[in-house]
Amino acid sequence: MENLDSVDLEKMKILKDYLKNFKDKPRVESNLITILHKVQDIFGYLDRSALEEVAETIQVPTSHIWGVATFYHYFKLKKPGKHIISVCLGTACYIKGADEIIAKLKEELKTDVGGVSPDGLFSLEEARCLGACSLAPVVMIDGKVYGNLTPQSVTQIIKEYKSKHK
Amino acid sequence: MAKTITIYVDNKPYKVEDNQTIMQALDKIGYHIPRLCYHPKLSIEGACRVCIVEVEGMRNYVASCAYPVYDGMKIHTNTPQLRRARRDIVELIVDNHPMDCHTCDRNGTCELQRLTYSMGIKQRHFVGERKRYEKDVSFVSVIRDPEKCILCGRCVRVCSEIQGVFNLTYAYRGFKTVVTTAFDMPMAESVCSACGQCVNVCPTAAFLEKNNTQELFEKLRDPSLIKVVQFAPSVRAAIGEAFGFPAGVSKEKETVAALRKLGFDYVFDTQVGADFTIMEEASELLYRLKNKGKLPMLTSCSAAWMKFVEQFFPDFLDNISTCKSPMSMLGALIKTYFAQKIKVDPKKILSVAVMCCTAKKYEAARPELMVEGMRAVDIVITTRELAWMIKSAGIDFINIEPEEFDQPLGISSGGGAIFGATGGVMESAIRTAYELYTGEPLLDIEIQPIRGMKGIKEGVVDLNGEKIKVAVAHGLGNAIKLLEFVRKEPKSYHFIEIMGCPGGCIGGGGQPYAGYNSIPLDEEILKKRAEALYDIDRKKSIRAAHNNPILRRIYKEFLGEPLGEKAYKLLHTHYKPKYPKGIIPKELTFR
Repeated sequence: MENLDSVDLEKMKILKDYLKNFKDKPRVESNLITILHKVQDIFGYLDRSALEEVAETIQVPTSHIWGVATFYHYFKLKKPGKHIISVCLGTACYIKGADEIIAKLKEELKTDVGGVSPDGLFSLEEARCLGACSLAPVVMIDGKVYGNLTPQSVTQIIKEYKSKHK
Repeated sequence: MAKTITIYVDNKPYKVEDNQTIMQALDKIGYHIPRLCYHPKLSIEGACRVCIVEVEGMRNYVASCAYPVYDGMKIHTNTPQLRRARRDIVELIVDNHPMDCHTCDRNGTCELQRLTYSMGIKQRHFVGERKRYEKDVSFVSVIRDPEKCILCGRCVRVCSEIQGVFNLTYAYRGFKTVVTTAFDMPMAESVCSACGQCVNVCPTAAFLEKNNTQELFEKLRDPSLIKVVQFAPSVRAAIGEAFGFPAGVSKEKETVAALRKLGFDYVFDTQVGADFTIMEEASELLYRLKNKGKLPMLTSCSAAWMKFVEQFFPDFLDNISTCKSPMSMLGALIKTYFAQKIKVDPKKILSVAVMCCTAKKYEAARPELMVEGMRAVDIVITTRELAWMIKSAGIDFINIEPEEFDQPLGISSGGGAIFGATGGVMESAIRTAYELYTGEPLLDIEIQPIRGMKGIKEGVVDLNGEKIKVAVAHGLGNAIKLLEFVRKEPKSYHFIEIMGCPGGCIGGGGQPYAGYNSIPLDEEILKKRAEALYDIDRKKSIRAAHNNPILRRIYKEFLGEPLGEKAYKLLHTHYKPKYPKGIIPKELTFR
């Protein structure tokens, strides 16, 4: 808990207030999934300190929480990057070389699909059709669509995003 | 009230009681259905499906471990179709397994190996993708190899249901399901108590002790070192099992002889350490009683219990006796008193301990137990590792000529021997405390109410009119129940003994694996091992620690008084709360 910054401390306070609803409730562990949803709402993912706080408040072992959290795809276990990159793997994009785009992004960001780049800036995700087939292959970054991509142009785009954080 | 009903097994009628599962009923009438995830002391998982039987009128085969019998039930245990189904189930388990039996630590003791053989699997039909995981070797006590895991869940259940530690869980799902710790942390950074019960119940080699045998073999060939070894009471009570002797046969002198043949210069007895522990602990108890110290006092000799209390019950740390464990006390004396005695630099002494315990590996590495900047015990190996070393070195343990311990740290009291069984520390402490307090010897020295396999035992000792209330718990799950009671009623006891493992040290995580005709945590075997220790006690002329002449001599020559300055420096320590904090659910049954 000691390495939380002020933003996280604010989030932790929200979580603690929320957990007050569950203190001393009978069969409180049956609310676990609801609580995990809330944690993800507040933190954007299932933060370890947050899960430890949950465990201690509702007296459910962390191992059990981990078992539930990892079972569902919905729950994010790692802190997402500052930018979410979704690579369209729909039919049109795929035919137009989305596999090359995704390979390039993996190399560039040093992470796999579903992972976060080591600098914490980018989450790499797959998407099915984004509805922009005429621009295939496309990639969406934080809701903005980039079309007619090549491995070279996608590298350029990543570079631009990176430069914003220098 | 159980009713008697009739079931038909392979067309033969049998009278059995209702309110039991098919497997329980069949076990009693001479059918041992193959099984894997089932364990009688753990909850029913129904995960492996190996124990299927055919029940007439049911669409599918049923898992006999989980299905109750009913009157008129017609069961088939061995039809060709059923045999094929069972064989396929095991074959599918094996298919997702490394199949590196001949280089595996459990070769010969693996339940999956035996099962594969007994199913008659001669070919593999389903070779395909299999899981790949890194081994977790972070921890000094227990290592985890998920690649060997067949997801039977016994470790998850023993960790939560028997030990109450809840360190292990199933995580992820489908093909990616894995038994792991919270947040996938390495075992070294988890709430693991290091008790090693997961190692005991694992049918394969998914959990093992950290193996120190190679390191030890090498050090034993180093001519610059004086090699000193001690071994715990419970080692002698169980090591025979690894060589095919029946349970309950003490192999004390044979073990001494084998250790010398392995290359040790001095073989000492941890029971002497236990005698010191008793002197110090009994004195500490009387001191606390007299000076209104924190009560109840809790024993501190079980290494798994000590790690557990730091993480799960830090509010009880002031109740913990400051005494080190017998192993660490003897280790400290070996590096100080004994080194002076034989006039060598203690840095030249290799101090080894053979323990029934995986957690002792953790204890030996604790910084708070260092003696003058040195580790009191340099290497800890388990009973299993010693048995392997003896076999590997080609020593004929079965026909070996018995030998005696070396002196001076080789003469112990009966009180030191019974340390290994649940209630033993308490019993020894009472023998000594009684005489220290009243000045008269305790006549009835076998204290029956605190012997036996009941989870929590209690008794009252009368010290000249002062009633001392004592309690004993073994297995961390029982410890939790007892401590939660003490939290509510702090005045209910004066002295509590807690052992981390079921049965005490004799049921430790480093003891020989179950054989062909026994199961892990088998209470009958634990009772026999305990009886072996009580038998050693009965045959000793000295039954109580304070009458041990060696002890008196070392106090006089070297240590001074029990709890005195030097004794305190060498034989006592303090423990601190540890992260991550352990969490005990409100209802222990919940998982």
